[in-house]
Amino acid sequence: MAEDPTVATVAQPLDERLQRQSGLRRLLSRPELGAIAGTVLVFLFFGATAHGTGMFAADGILNWMTVTAQLTIIATGAALLMVGGEFDLSVGSMIGFAGMMIAIPTVYFGWPIEISVIFAFCGALLIGFLNGLVVVRTRLPSFIVTLASLYILRGMTIALSILFANRTIVSGVKNFAGDSFVVPLFSGKAFPGLFIWLADAGIIGKLPNGQPSVQGVPAMVIWAFAIALIGHIVLSRTRFGNWIFAAGGDANAARNVGVPVARVKIVLFMVTAFCATVYATCQVMEFGSAAADRGVLKEFEAIIAAVIGGCLLTGGYGSVVGAFFGALIFGVVQMGILFTGAPNDWFQVFLGLMLLTAVLFNNYIRRRATGER
Amino acid sequence: MSESVSAKPALIEVRDLVKHFGPVVALNGVSMKVRSGEVLCLLGDNGAGKSTLIKTLSGVHKPTSGSFLVDGKPIAFHTPRDALDAGIATVYQDLAMVPLSSIARNFFMGREPLRRVGPFKFLDLAFAEKVAREEMKKIGIDLRDSSQAVGTLSGGERQCVAIARAVYFGAKVLILDEPTSALGVAQTSMVLKYVNQVRARGLGVIFITHNVRHAYAVGNSFTVLNRGRTLGTFEKAGISIEELQNLMAGDKELQFLSNDLGGTV
Repeated sequence: MAEDPTVATVAQPLDERLQRQSGLRRLLSRPELGAIAGTVLVFLFFGATAHGTGMFAADGILNWMTVTAQLTIIATGAALLMVGGEFDLSVGSMIGFAGMMIAIPTVYFGWPIEISVIFAFCGALLIGFLNGLVVVRTRLPSFIVTLASLYILRGMTIALSILFANRTIVSGVKNFAGDSFVVPLFSGKAFPGLFIWLADAGIIGKLPNGQPSVQGVPAMVIWAFAIALIGHIVLSRTRFGNWIFAAGGDANAARNVGVPVARVKIVLFMVTAFCATVYATCQVMEFGSAAADRGVLKEFEAIIAAVIGGCLLTGGYGSVVGAFFGALIFGVVQMGILFTGAPNDWFQVFLGLMLLTAVLFNNYIRRRATGER
Repeated sequence: MSESVSAKPALIEVRDLVKHFGPVVALNGVSMKVRSGEVLCLLGDNGAGKSTLIKTLSGVHKPTSGSFLVDGKPIAFHTPRDALDAGIATVYQDLAMVPLSSIARNFFMGREPLRRVGPFKFLDLAFAEKVAREEMKKIGIDLRDSSQAVGTLSGGERQCVAIARAVYFGAKVLILDEPTSALGVAQTSMVLKYVNQVRARGLGVIFITHNVRHAYAVGNSFTVLNRGRTLGTFEKAGISIEELQNLMAGDKELQFLSNDLGGTV
């Protein structure tokens, strides 16, 4: 604005009304802080108790990184959507249904696998669009709308599987896939040379047959990092990201300043469906089959990872980085319990407690960060 | 002051504005104008038609009849965006802010500054934070860190951020919907000072309130609404705070009450 001669006379001296933030408080206002602290604790714990079990050898790391990667893929979508103020409970069913959208055309219609994969992605994006459209148009809670999708998609997954394969699994995808590029794209191992070199150098172990104990970075891990990185950049560094915060923080205020709230929310539902389909495609390529029970309860795991990562259930606050650390805690604890030989039944107890702690912690942080009472 | 102000053209002028909602007559002949460098206070009790009038001025409602001039030319707004494009910005009571987001992000919400990197466009957060900090400093709110959440600001500070945002994005006329109604004394004086500062920059301000004291502190002229009509417009020199209060009350009940209680309401 132009120079203003009246400023000097109107400007007030600094007074006690000015709210100053200490560096610590600023740090506390980062949504992912709790998840990072939790990750450190979990690593310290298993570093002490699972030491010598092979959990932190190359194949052990691969083990929990794979679980982390699977969850990161869907947690990124869930976190973005949650910051945008909505939920998607149909993620798990979407994983099952997307798998069928790949396997059934490939095995029973004789479609090339590439076409089936593209078909599955298009179908998933359409379903995500419809989820979003219904939520935005009806103004019903997304919890209810996507709960309906959860049942519709799971039901269709089972029904179509029975219809075509006469059982709840459609197998044999690998026989039709041949040497198509989509197989290594979703289930290959990256950097095999690096791992052979690491094994020869004695940094990682070798199998009895002379192969390195880990043959490469699974494609799923790379997908997970790529999706989380892009999600993080979009949320924190783009205009669309600002719109996500605005739409979730106060949809009405956002609309008043010209943010296309409906469009933002619909796109976010399409993103969660896209993430679920990446997950499903990796699984189908890995196992060579699609099963009707794939992805059951994954929607909750995605939401748990996002919440542990600092996303508020009420929207407008959270981060993709946090969701990644939430997924990491999840993967390390789930596999760590196996490595330490503790009964695996305790994992769910731990998970529930972790979720509760995270929500309480997040609420506290939010109040500190925003001065809300 | 009023002479120099009167010489300037009106930024907004409405004459005999009428607005019906079905059988309900919300505005029944309202006339007012606001000039550059002037604070026009729109006074009226609940149901007087203040909200309907500002929603008409800001393009939310279309008037049923009457004339609406901007810079002396007749105009018809179809959407709030049209009003914004004509330089008429309205700061509603909810302020259109997201408490959990930072001041900088709120300041540029819906009008984000972008920085091109190769084929991608990124949010220019450094620019947003710099501008937000500078604009707040002009008001006298010294933010060391404009990445702090709006929720950490007091009500008065939030009100000032909302006004500063409208001014920064080129408003010529600012419509403030009861900006002081939920504020304490110190917060109110902070907002009133800022309103005066905005006026001194040459903007026209329409200040809606039902608090005569706040109006009298900052206003140059006063338009009193009652039951959808203008009771009249008064320059500050021509009316006292008590007269304004009585006029606004519409009847003498409040006056009697004041006498009973031994003070001004």
